[in-house]
Amino acid sequence: MFQVRIHGRGGQGVVSAAEILSVAAFIEGKHSQAVPSFGSERMGAPVVAFCRIDDKTIRLREPILEPDALIVQDPTLFSAIDVFAGLSENGYLLINSKRSIEELGIADAIHLPEDKVRLVPATEIALKYIKRPLPNAVLLGALAAVTGVIKIDSVTEAIASKFPGKIGDVNIQAAESAYKLLSHNNQEELTC
Amino acid sequence: MLPKLLNGRRILSHQQVKFYQTGTLTVGNRLLDAEQRTVQATIDRSNSLDSGHRACQGCGEALGARYAIDSAMRATNNKLIAANATGCLEVFTTPYPESSWTMPWIHSLFGNAAAIGTGIAAAMKVKGKEDVRVIAQGGDGGTTDIGFGCLSGMFERNDDVLYICYDNQGYMNTGVQRSSATPGGARTATTMPVGPEPGADFDKGKNVPLIAMAHDIPYVATASIDRLHDLEAKVTKAMSIRGARYIQIFVPCPLGWGSAPAQTVNLARLAVESGIWPLFEGENGEITSVTKIRKKVPVEEYLKPQRRFAHVVKNPETLNVVQEIADRNIRKFGLLEEQE
Amino acid sequence: MLKQIEGSHGVAEAVALCRPEVICAYPITPQTHIVEDLGVLVKSGKLTNCEYINVESEFAALSVGIGSSAAGARTYTATASQGILFMAEAVYNASGLGLPIVMTVGNRSIGAPINIWNDQTDSMSMRDAGWIQLFVEDNQQAVDIHIQAFKIAEKLSLPVMVCMDGFILTHAIEGIDVPEQKQVDKFLPPFVPRQVLDPEDPISIGAMVGPEAFTEVRYIAHQKQKEALKLIPQINEEFKKIFGRDSGGLISTSNTEGADTVIVTLGSVIGTIEEALDEQDEKIGALTIRSFRPFPLEEIRSALKNAKRVVVFEKCFAVGIGGIVANNVRMAMSGTNIPVYEVIGGLGGRPIIRKSLHKLFKDAVNDKLENVTFLDLKKDVVDRELEREKQLIQSGSVAENVLRDGGVVNAAKTT
Repeated sequence: MFQVRIHGRGGQGVVSAAEILSVAAFIEGKHSQAVPSFGSERMGAPVVAFCRIDDKTIRLREPILEPDALIVQDPTLFSAIDVFAGLSENGYLLINSKRSIEELGIADAIHLPEDKVRLVPATEIALKYIKRPLPNAVLLGALAAVTGVIKIDSVTEAIASKFPGKIGDVNIQAAESAYKLLSHNNQEELTC
Repeated sequence: MLPKLLNGRRILSHQQVKFYQTGTLTVGNRLLDAEQRTVQATIDRSNSLDSGHRACQGCGEALGARYAIDSAMRATNNKLIAANATGCLEVFTTPYPESSWTMPWIHSLFGNAAAIGTGIAAAMKVKGKEDVRVIAQGGDGGTTDIGFGCLSGMFERNDDVLYICYDNQGYMNTGVQRSSATPGGARTATTMPVGPEPGADFDKGKNVPLIAMAHDIPYVATASIDRLHDLEAKVTKAMSIRGARYIQIFVPCPLGWGSAPAQTVNLARLAVESGIWPLFEGENGEITSVTKIRKKVPVEEYLKPQRRFAHVVKNPETLNVVQEIADRNIRKFGLLEEQE
Repeated sequence: MLKQIEGSHGVAEAVALCRPEVICAYPITPQTHIVEDLGVLVKSGKLTNCEYINVESEFAALSVGIGSSAAGARTYTATASQGILFMAEAVYNASGLGLPIVMTVGNRSIGAPINIWNDQTDSMSMRDAGWIQLFVEDNQQAVDIHIQAFKIAEKLSLPVMVCMDGFILTHAIEGIDVPEQKQVDKFLPPFVPRQVLDPEDPISIGAMVGPEAFTEVRYIAHQKQKEALKLIPQINEEFKKIFGRDSGGLISTSNTEGADTVIVTLGSVIGTIEEALDEQDEKIGALTIRSFRPFPLEEIRSALKNAKRVVVFEKCFAVGIGGIVANNVRMAMSGTNIPVYEVIGGLGGRPIIRKSLHKLFKDAVNDKLENVTFLDLKKDVVDRELEREKQLIQSGSVAENVLRDGGVVNAAKTT
């Protein structure tokens, strides 16, 4: 089972991200379960959503306590909550930021090999394609590139089914852009 | 002579119907042409609330319900379903296995008659039986108090229901307690005539016909059991309209008011003629007609036959307060001819 | 057709497949998505011949439903938490009148303190209201049981409450096989009411009944629930034949044969419990109660008769005595010497996690459980507040004190 926990703020599409990821896994014939953190509907409040992906039926209903991948859609959350709680040693960490780990002041909190941690300027990419600061699709593209747990084509198909039309199109462009950017980075690291 | 069958009852063609002629307000009014006579005056009235029920002698609500429903039945060609709130009307007409209702009738709860009406109307619509119409009915407690939420909901959705409130100004079924329709000064079991301000407070209560109009529903009317033609005309008109409609009928209660059973109709008339109970119609939020007072009477005449107001009548100050209320009604609704 | 959809959406589709004629909608978290999705289906014209009514309260929701059902329309509504309390009077009335309304309860706690998260106190508050209560384990079952619910309701002329854990199921997006319209039409015949408001054949419904007959009327209500004990598995079999899926009937069991310890529970928590059981080696089985009303005394007794101990895990409790489900299970086990432990967990949305369950299983097999255990109870916080109340007359709000003592400064962080 592969477990993804997504942190963000109300209005950033955290719940949609978990849903799209689960649909992408579903498209690939896998079992998946997306569950939002449960709260009142408020813009700006910290929001968590979970997505489990497995080859067999998923019965587990507990929150994801030990994620295999952690997506942080909003770096201002670091001071508000312990987003890294339970992140497994072999886990992946994707953070929406154009700054570095050091600049964000979270170097001490992260105990992962460097290649498992990615900083993605997701808001900037989103602004370029979607014209709105919605980093969720971008980070799913990045997740596909970094973890390989899901194919980018599945992600884009899932985005298209959730948001048919223009909104879907620009989100797909944003996701693909992040996928290319991160895949390229991977390639570079592999060669050096 | 062979008996005819009507609604399963035997009607003898020689059966005499007795009327008492007391001027042009007469029940039935046999001096009128047949087509102008009231539904009550006709032998083929539906008797939907049939005889044999357990209402008190002189019950105004029994009269009001009978008048209203017989005319609604005629207006809908007997295709009518009634939802009834808990209360006197429900209790005195039914205990199983008996029922005075010869029409489809349901009682659910005290506070939900309007919602039950909505549900029935929805079912009729979805089944393509929109010729079957719906009335919901209750006393003032079930309407202006506990059923008010459901009533307002039914109004604002403009559901195809005629709601009839039989207003006897208190919770009579439970032993005469105050409702939001109880008038100032009235003695009830929860507003006893004791202390410096005896009876119900004067600054409380609500006018549900006006609140109904504030929902901009297609039809609102007040009626009184003393004038049958007016009451029947209003019910008939209500049934000619689709959407949410409301009629509040003034129904004196001998038990709760401490009045003689024989005075019921007379008290209803005095309430109208004194200005205590203004008769009007409203359509889509506007008042479209008022019934003028023909011979104004002082409120004392209305109050005096009722023990619930005994302390009011004795005190010139409170008597004056009631008179002011009536006069304000007369001004507000333009109830006197000379005001025009 | 297999779809990756939200539980609420699945339920909305299932209800729509049952061709409801009147739907009453009132928002209350966490059932709201169901009636929202049904609203879309009706307004878009996908669900035809259906009146969708936005009512002003839960009391009105069920009251309108009573009216429409009594007038012969297949009727559906959904609620949760405070909503079911607000409609309580109508809940009893609907069953008393024998109206086959189907209502989803998106299970949620009841305040005060106000809490929007999952437990099962709401459904349990209406356990004696005369409704059939079916608890579902997952969203596939939620879909399947709703379809069965209409059939059960209409066969018995009794209302059915389908209870699904709020958020945990209503908001979970997972694979659901949504049946085809043809299959549902084959399974569920059109609604023929036992009695109906009809000007062609006028009857009086809901009149008063005095002491001379009230006992008999209530007894028959009880008998009808007993009939349901036979009917529910029967309808599950019929369902299986057409849809190829088993929803388990009255109860379902896993590894109860030869188990020393059996965990008895309701609803979605069985998923996490089974996962945890797979991770350990003790002989522990599990039993899930699908039909809480009627309560399958015989089936439960027979499934538990060889156990050394029974642990009832429930997301609700009766303040002042303890477990509600446990009490019912004890009745099933009366006359045996098998101890029945009660464990209360998951109240107000507290996550039920495997780590806590493992400790619980260990204590259970070693007979170290208290008679009543509150899973993951913060005992130190409780003790501090109780001490405070002893010391101070004006000790303030228990809810606020407990949060402060627990070191929670921002409740929004709850995950």
